[in-house]
Amino acid sequence: MSAAKRSLLARALDDRIFVAVTSAVATVLLAAAAWPGLSDYRANIVGQLACFALLAVALDLIWGYAGILSLGHGLFFAIGGYVAGMHLLEHSVAVTGITPDIVQFMGWKALPGWWGPLESFPVALAAALGVAFVVAFLFGWVSFRSRVGGVYFAIITQALTYVAMLLMFRNDTGFGGNNGMTGFQAIFGVPFQSPGVARGLAVASLASLVAALVGCRLLTIGRFGRLLVATRDDEVRLRSLGYETLRLKLAVWCVSAVLAAVAGLLYAPQVGIINPRVLSPDLSIEIAVWCAIGGRGRLAGAVIGAALVNALKFSLSATLPDLWPFVLAGLVILVALIFPNGLLDIGRWRPTLLSRAGALQPRDATP
Amino acid sequence: MTVAVLVEGLTVEFGRFRAIDDLSLAIDYGEVRAVIGPNGAGKTTLLDVISGVSRARTGRVLFDERLELTRTSEAAIARAGVRRKFQKPSVFEALTVRDNVEIGAGGARDAAARDRIAATLETVGLAAEADRLAGELAHGQKQWLEIAMVVVSEPKVLMLDEPVAGLTDEETERTAALVRRLRTPGRAIVVVEHDMDFVETIADRVTVLHEGRTLFEGSMARARADARVVDVYLGR
Repeated sequence: MSAAKRSLLARALDDRIFVAVTSAVATVLLAAAAWPGLSDYRANIVGQLACFALLAVALDLIWGYAGILSLGHGLFFAIGGYVAGMHLLEHSVAVTGITPDIVQFMGWKALPGWWGPLESFPVALAAALGVAFVVAFLFGWVSFRSRVGGVYFAIITQALTYVAMLLMFRNDTGFGGNNGMTGFQAIFGVPFQSPGVARGLAVASLASLVAALVGCRLLTIGRFGRLLVATRDDEVRLRSLGYETLRLKLAVWCVSAVLAAVAGLLYAPQVGIINPRVLSPDLSIEIAVWCAIGGRGRLAGAVIGAALVNALKFSLSATLPDLWPFVLAGLVILVALIFPNGLLDIGRWRPTLLSRAGALQPRDATP
Repeated sequence: MTVAVLVEGLTVEFGRFRAIDDLSLAIDYGEVRAVIGPNGAGKTTLLDVISGVSRARTGRVLFDERLELTRTSEAAIARAGVRRKFQKPSVFEALTVRDNVEIGAGGARDAAARDRIAATLETVGLAAEADRLAGELAHGQKQWLEIAMVVVSEPKVLMLDEPVAGLTDEETERTAALVRRLRTPGRAIVVVEHDMDFVETIADRVTVLHEGRTLFEGSMARARADARVVDVYLGR
């Protein structure tokens, strides 16, 4: 009874690793906002890491909690990124009057008329979240209604993203083809090269990450979260206890897709480009790898995994780019062998290889 | 008195295999009905159709003489008061015992619901384990937990698929006592089980299925004496 009576806030603080990781992200947020010594280069990297962590949290929400593996979250990330790109191009034209490159290489006279309203940031934000929501809703509804799940669902999400990539590589789709969108000049009226822009974007990304962590935590410790875990553990059992699991899965799927779109929206201005490569299967699979390495179903694991893998990637791909795929693969194998539930299990690890299954508590039985 | 579950001309096919073949039977409120028969006789398939997990090819299944279950979703069937314990203990392993029962109760918003959850945990003997994770329970305890999850909603039709499979003799006795306690005038209990002594203890009537059809219906004592039943099932 005590567990049911305690306040939501008290229960939110139960998971010490979650509290530690969220506090750490909040500390970085404060540092990014106030520490004068932070270079634009570093701020940019921190901001990108925050976007990837947000993307990982979005995936953990559906994979770790509801047991739905998506290998196509790059699609929702790309939706956010492309809408951001369209907004930034329109805004750049409005601020500087310079015709962007995309107009030339696409053979246009000006940016398409229907992009016009996206010059307004609130419209662009609503469009990014709205499109991600609608795509997720339609795809989720069709899949979950037909009871497509597990590895089949994962494969279909992967295929969907791949189809989107092929589509976006074509010039006549109308979004810049393989070049994508680049040459953003200004954001909120400020030129990109101005001091503080990189920092501001990093702060916005970190703030979004903290908000997503807290929001997802509150969502998952309540009744909704218990039903998600129940869906993951035994969906047929839950249905035959009177629950429409279709609604549950659809709800969490849409929330996750919208979070991924927010990550994409924040990511595009920080890298200064959006192109179909974010729709490649590699990125979508990598998101799952981040979650698996950090530890699923804990939110904090997603952040740790995404930050760790990408920080390693940034440092290695500058010095030894050819080695990166092997390092990533090695990391996956290592974690799978020693910490099958991710790095969050380090604290519970006993250094006997044979007893590792027994030494670790069976936290989740997700495929 | 209305019939709790009325099965009429039911046929279920999986590909070319006919699991249930033109089956008809009626289960009354207030009775404990055991459905027995050799493997592949269609026992679990019958429960699957009643609970909406599998679909019938022809025929109908009426609950309470008003709801046609072959055209109703699993969730809606459960909400109407027809609930079922699965053959393999199906509990939510990552949640606590109490959370499991609470989900079965459809939430614990008011004091009445919380009392019912506590009382159900008491009935199945898991009150002391309420805050443990369901995944940590022993096999027998999982069986009881699943019964609690199903019973807490006070179903009008309660189906138990092999409730004593894998249990010790002592646990089987406790389960038999539990089933007898759950028997009320307003509830029909359907039990699929291979343990004939258990069936004899709890069942008011038995239905023997063979190759998707009813071979025999009556008391367990008469079933044991029936030559056909002995031939296809009990004698083996």
